[in-house]
Amino acid sequence: MTILIKNGRVVDAVAGISDVMDVLIEGELVSRVSKDIKAQADTVIDAAGKFVLPGLIDMHVHLREPGREDKETVASGTKAALKGGVTSVLAMPNTAPAMDTPEHLRLLKGIIQKAAVAHVYICGAITIGRQGKELSDIMALKGQGVIAITDDGDSVDDEGIMSEAFKKAKEADVLVICHCEDKKLSAQGVINLGFVSTQLGLRGISRESEYKRVERDLKLAKEAGGRAHIAHISCKESVELVRRAKKSGLAVTAETAPHYFSLNEEALVGYDTNLKINPPLRSASDVLAVRDGLKDGTIDCIASDHAPHTDNEKEIEFDRAEFGVVGLETELSVAITELVDKGILDWPQLVEKMASNPARILGINKGRITAGSGADIVIVDPRKEWFVAKDGFVSKSKNSAFLGRVLKGVVEYTVCSGKIAYRKTNE
Amino acid sequence: MKKSGWVRKDLLGLQELSKEEIELLLATADSFKEVISREIKKVPTLRGKTVVNLFYEPSTRTRVSFEIAAKRLSADVINIAVESSSVRKGETLIDTGKNIEALKVDIIVVRHNCSGAAVMLARQLRASVINAGDGWHEHPTQALLDIFTLKEKLGRIEGLKVSIVGDIAHSRVARSNIWGLTKLGAKVTVCAPSMLIPLGIEETGVRVTNDIDEALKGADAVNVLRMQFERDTESAFPRQLEYFKNFGITTDRLTKAKKNIIIMHPGPINRGIEIESAVADGLNSVILEQVTNGIAIRMAALFLCAQANEKLKIL
Amino acid sequence: MPMKEKARIMDKNGLLRTLTRMAHEILEKNKGTKDLVIVGIRTRGAHLAFRLSELMEKIERHKPPVGVLDITLYRDDLSSIAQQPVVHKTEIDFDIQNKKVILVDDVLYTGRTVRAALDELIDFGRPLFIQLAVLVDRGHRELPIRADYVGKNIPTSPKETVQVRLEESEGIDEVAVMENHE
Repeated sequence: MTILIKNGRVVDAVAGISDVMDVLIEGELVSRVSKDIKAQADTVIDAAGKFVLPGLIDMHVHLREPGREDKETVASGTKAALKGGVTSVLAMPNTAPAMDTPEHLRLLKGIIQKAAVAHVYICGAITIGRQGKELSDIMALKGQGVIAITDDGDSVDDEGIMSEAFKKAKEADVLVICHCEDKKLSAQGVINLGFVSTQLGLRGISRESEYKRVERDLKLAKEAGGRAHIAHISCKESVELVRRAKKSGLAVTAETAPHYFSLNEEALVGYDTNLKINPPLRSASDVLAVRDGLKDGTIDCIASDHAPHTDNEKEIEFDRAEFGVVGLETELSVAITELVDKGILDWPQLVEKMASNPARILGINKGRITAGSGADIVIVDPRKEWFVAKDGFVSKSKNSAFLGRVLKGVVEYTVCSGKIAYRKTNE
Repeated sequence: MKKSGWVRKDLLGLQELSKEEIELLLATADSFKEVISREIKKVPTLRGKTVVNLFYEPSTRTRVSFEIAAKRLSADVINIAVESSSVRKGETLIDTGKNIEALKVDIIVVRHNCSGAAVMLARQLRASVINAGDGWHEHPTQALLDIFTLKEKLGRIEGLKVSIVGDIAHSRVARSNIWGLTKLGAKVTVCAPSMLIPLGIEETGVRVTNDIDEALKGADAVNVLRMQFERDTESAFPRQLEYFKNFGITTDRLTKAKKNIIIMHPGPINRGIEIESAVADGLNSVILEQVTNGIAIRMAALFLCAQANEKLKIL
Repeated sequence: MPMKEKARIMDKNGLLRTLTRMAHEILEKNKGTKDLVIVGIRTRGAHLAFRLSELMEKIERHKPPVGVLDITLYRDDLSSIAQQPVVHKTEIDFDIQNKKVILVDDVLYTGRTVRAALDELIDFGRPLFIQLAVLVDRGHRELPIRADYVGKNIPTSPKETVQVRLEESEGIDEVAVMENHE
């Protein structure tokens, strides 16, 4: 099986390449990247005017399986990923059961083997049952292929346990992903604490509840000599803390999600539960700070925090609705619309944030288009616009923060392990 | 404004209303006040229309006020009280709303403990929705009747100094009053212990103080909020006695205020907690007139929304 | 809808003469102003009611009390109310129980306005009787209603409208027939 992609603008951030070239795929690998490849191929794709990017790597995805197959499954989630140009996901461990023991991991791995249509990497739980009380056997989790650990959805409150987690993770060489939230400070809040929460009469989540925990986790990582990855950064103080930690030489990386660089709390005025997210949409100045963080490299990557929920859990009173939005199918377009088009990132930087940096952080050999690299590729039309409609989603859940919006950038093809795994059909 | 009149099928809050819309509501209520002072206090305007009072929170006075208002307009009224505690297991708000609508109900008056509940219902239904209080968000008819009473007593709103005293943070009455009064040009002061002042409230244009004497000084009116100690059991809340000592409206305190300061309260009153009995029953108190005016305001709200929805049907 | 004036029916003096005649007729039929009250339908009927009352005072040296009726809330469908966005007050500050009520409007047409006014009046009490006085009767009744006192009968087609303009509201006293041009 050979695929020849002709005349697309190929971006490889690691090599610093952004050029009109051809890409030849043989088997599961990229065999050549150069101008005017004259080769016979089973499939020839004309990518003139399109961008040819490494398949995106989304390191923050809730696939919900096992446990909440009504929201999403490994099959539906990875299918949604391909539609969004994402070829690799890191599955979050807040499933039922949680990914806290080798037994539970074997269960998930079985499902992935059978059902996944894109690459799925597994993140283990830091503590048993994600209860924050008893550390999981991290070495054993690693033995089952876990590449990172987190209690995402919750922060580990106990400093001793978190500190131990950093140490054990270092020994096992897995990444610690920090969900930074002090629930005592976020105090049952549902949106950002500020004038908007006052107007709407909703309980607020302070920025302190996030950045105080960022501060703590950075301190614990430093003491343990470990590596910390700060998940879904939403506020300016967190950006600044990471910026300073990086300057001081700490092994820290950070991610943000598309909604944090594109939407602010003002959008909540109509009580749209699809905008109920944790951490919440912050103020306009936080959005600017997150964009600055992306631009200057403080924030290493963009991850969707894809959090599917059913209509039953969203079309209810704001206080009662679940937190979270789906993001796999919109993240690339949102990034093109809000970052590339607005001149905040160029294409190589975008590829860095969405492919090569996550690969580096997770220690996986992906995120490039070069001879010998795995053939995970996305071809995107950068100018085409599309309307985000509920019925257009592949994901089982439709709780998108961007419903009703027109976004720029349409994924035309997604190649995963050398096969055309997704192709946009003309409607 | 005169030409197009009222075009909203719903009344959800005062924040979204223009000054002209608020004035139209007040003027309409003024006409209804004449109706309810007649021997036969009933007009046939909403004959054949059905109003459902959908209450997720116990409230006798607001519910009764809406019920009387609807009946004075000749509408049929049905009261539905939903146990809030059973909501989680039971039918969702939207499903309940759609079921009520399927019964060919024209107006749903909704009271709910979640902020935004009325907004959400209104978006999903073709029936008119009137917000009878949602969480901490808004209680538009209460604020309108407060403003109506003030205007009736003092002849104007513009330039008046109005102080709102009490738990501003958790009060929908305070929020709706702030929007309505500031839009009509009143100078509003809010007064409470710091922890009961919500973040950024001064962005609405109100003055904030923690000193009750400061709030009363020079005020034309004071709206005393009910202190709902039972709603939040957080230990940080000031205890009742301490609250009365520091913020209670007493005859003694009023000696330093304008002689004819108007005392308002949305009710029910907690005597000896936020207000002294002598003040609540005193000459400056308009608390019972507020109750009467509530009927006129709710008639106006029901009438205008029903009429606007009728217009939408024609279009 | 563009409207063109077809004919001027009355000017200031004509209107005064007509109202004076009507005042006389009312007094003649009711044998003076005893127990007589006048209720005008907002807005022009109300203006005419005040004028009739004043004319009667000149004749009888007693001024019958005048009330104003806003019939918006008694209209027979909400969508017609919607055409008239502001609800004004009804102001009848006297008892109509056992009184002779003269109901006044400017133009009698379908009779629906008068129907609403009768319903509202009866909610205020039980008058001895109600008589109807209109400045113009233009025909086309949809209800079995007729006027006791008519200023002028003006046969019209449904395409036409009769406009009564009064100093109190329009700044000029005149009556005209207007024609629609589509």
